[in-house]
Amino acid sequence: MIGDPVRFVDERLNTASLVRKALRYVFPDHWSFMLGEIALYAFLVLVGTGIFLAFNYVPSDAETVYRGTYEPLRGTPMSEAYKSVVDLSLDVPAGLLIRQTHHWAANVFIAAIVLHLVRILFTGAFRKPREINYWIGLTMLAVAILEGFLGYSLIDDLLSGMGLAIAYSVALATPVIGADVALLIWGGEYPGATVFWDRIFTVHILILPLLLAGLISLHMLILTKQHHTQFPGPKRTERNVVGTPLWPGYALRSLGLLFATAGVLFLLGGLVQINPVWLWGPYEPYLSTNAAQPDWYLGWLIGGLRIMPPLEPVIGDYTLVGNAFFMGALFPLVAFGVLYLWPLIDRRWSGAGERHELLDRPRDNPRRSAALVAFLTWVAIPFVAGATDRVFYRLGVPYDLQIWAFRVLFVVGPFLAWLVARRIFEDLHDRDAHPLRGWTGRVVQRNARGGFETLGAYDGRTRGEGGAERDEATVAADVPAER
Amino acid sequence: MSGRLRDFLLARVATRVLRRLPDVEPAERPGEPGVPPPNIERELPSSAGAERAVLAALALATLAAAAFIVLYVAFPDTQLLGLSLGLSLVAFAVALVVAGKRVVPQETAVEEREDFGDAQRQEEVRAIVRRGGDGISRRRMLIGAAGAAGATIGAAALVPAASLGPRVGDRLRQSPWRPGRRVVDADGTPLTVGDIEIGGFRTGFPEGAKRDELGSPVIVVRLEEDEIELPEAQRAGMPSGVIAFSKICPHAGCAVSIYRHPLYEPTEPRPALVCPCHFSTFDVRRGGELLFGPAGRPLPRLPLSIGSEGELIADGEYTENYGPSWSGVRQERGET
Ligand code: FES
Repeated sequence: MIGDPVRFVDERLNTASLVRKALRYVFPDHWSFMLGEIALYAFLVLVGTGIFLAFNYVPSDAETVYRGTYEPLRGTPMSEAYKSVVDLSLDVPAGLLIRQTHHWAANVFIAAIVLHLVRILFTGAFRKPREINYWIGLTMLAVAILEGFLGYSLIDDLLSGMGLAIAYSVALATPVIGADVALLIWGGEYPGATVFWDRIFTVHILILPLLLAGLISLHMLILTKQHHTQFPGPKRTERNVVGTPLWPGYALRSLGLLFATAGVLFLLGGLVQINPVWLWGPYEPYLSTNAAQPDWYLGWLIGGLRIMPPLEPVIGDYTLVGNAFFMGALFPLVAFGVLYLWPLIDRRWSGAGERHELLDRPRDNPRRSAALVAFLTWVAIPFVAGATDRVFYRLGVPYDLQIWAFRVLFVVGPFLAWLVARRIFEDLHDRDAHPLRGWTGRVVQRNARGGFETLGAYDGRTRGEGGAERDEATVAADVPAER
Repeated sequence: MSGRLRDFLLARVATRVLRRLPDVEPAERPGEPGVPPPNIERELPSSAGAERAVLAALALATLAAAAFIVLYVAFPDTQLLGLSLGLSLVAFAVALVVAGKRVVPQETAVEEREDFGDAQRQEEVRAIVRRGGDGISRRRMLIGAAGAAGATIGAAALVPAASLGPRVGDRLRQSPWRPGRRVVDADGTPLTVGDIEIGGFRTGFPEGAKRDELGSPVIVVRLEEDEIELPEAQRAGMPSGVIAFSKICPHAGCAVSIYRHPLYEPTEPRPALVCPCHFSTFDVRRGGELLFGPAGRPLPRLPLSIGSEGELIADGEYTENYGPSWSGVRQERGET
């Protein structure tokens, strides 16, 4: 029997000093630091539920006829893949719960990554020394989007089939090599290439999850090497990190977040319906449905494809670029390209390649923040355009009118957003007032002897964690003259 | 578990753990080189109320998890399963968070960061690498040759990827339609002129051929003959105003399945086929020309003729290549 686990392990692996260091590892506290953790925990839920699903799924387009319990589909010819998902959803105990939880977890996973990214961008956490980890995180976002799309496609219902047809078209539309590449990826034409189902199954359950797991490990390894950034605050400097040690406080809270994430996902999976595939029916290329919506993280691409004008450059009878390429591939490539280059762009603007451990608040760097708002607007407009069909069917606004509005907005929206955001951030910067909490601080005046006297009353409330504690001279300089 | 037994076990575990933990922070031990004494604020917040709250949450977590097991066996209803499992996990989360914030010692520690980027050590790394090339006269050439070999091996490793799929050639231009092939509906029954009503549409397939190919499905509509706005030369293959188009959108491969007819005058005066995916809108009177939306090409048309019993028969191949655009889509067959 192992009497003393600490001794048992240490005498064999010599890890006590490492464990000691780990237990005292310091985490700075801020709510926004939980976003990345939520993504991590959603990934764990995805792996757990995914294993269950993989064991119930049949990756095959072999045709079969449904004879299961769901009356409306009985006698319908369909693929083995689709049939296995319908059976899993309707006949396997807890099958639907796990499938829906998996689907919700995918949506939450990507949402948490995106919010985490936005936090990183606006606070300047991507700056030296964290550029490499930022690039790894960004790569994970791209992989996660692809992974989500593939998972959704595996089902071979009408909606996912339409999604695959569009993806196939975007591949075909790629200049010069498009058609050859598409046939390589799909193993022939879509629909029809049988080998394709084994391929996306392998990629979805093995290759991309392994890639994600590897990137996550790397991300966290670098994180522990560099420690978290922190917002400015009492005792916090560029050379230290102030916060809660891992054991016991932080470990319990973070484990709590793991279970909270999992709990919420299972509640969603049990109580809020998502993608009721038995209603869509099997994919047939000659069918399509109106007002179909993909998962949220593909909305920007669907919207982008919609607002693109009918441009298809041709030389003689050779088509240079198929239309679907522009917004289905070029747009996300440019968007990710901008994000990859962001640390370099920011370095140009902000100068000085020094190490940054204290975060900016968005107002601290109005130019960066305004540029980010402009960029996010540029990405968000096609995303909203993805909902035009909903507006059309619900409110009756003609779609061509809406599309024209979005086409214009896509071009001018970012500029307008930049102008407005720049003003707001500069204003916040100058007044240093929180829009909701108001100004807190104390007004001091420098006297003839070089000391400081307090003029205005300090309102007694401390700054939130996000507030900077500045030395008094700075505060005095920031206060408008009439104070 | 009786109270005594529990107390005994807890005490054993506690003493065992406590014996292992030194009283002072290990890092504070004087004399450890390079480690400044960390600045730790410590507070012991635990109260009977907080501990009771944790216990209650743990009890709830246990109960809900047990309920999940029972439900799974007896009544596997998705909602109840999700509710019990989710509740159990959330209750456990509450217990952990309350314990983490209100029961265990609350500490704020300051940790100094290590320095990154020591210039001297970088120089040492460079020197070691450099010394690895000592005594070699043709260094450049060797490096170049190794690079060339590496790149070529990499390329060789990638080449077999070309076996993953067929070459394009004419594949994307071949459709199952042949002159003389009848148009049938989803049940295999031949479509006749009489089946096609003005304002409605039918989906047709080549008789006896595969249906789940992008080249197969056609959407068949009908106009009054004087509504057709095409020069005489292009009117062939529209007998009695019956017109067949490829049902696959030339934009991104969705099925064009909306027929905008009856007409909403004056805003939408023309009968049009609309793709629900990205709203490419094709003018039926002008042979499928684009009215609105992203498609770069018109909707390909399949010329028809009418058989002796009124059945619709293909009278040639599509006027353009069907399906989404690719580099060779505007070329004739055999031209790649
Ligand atoms: S697929 Fe028809 S408009 Fe895009």
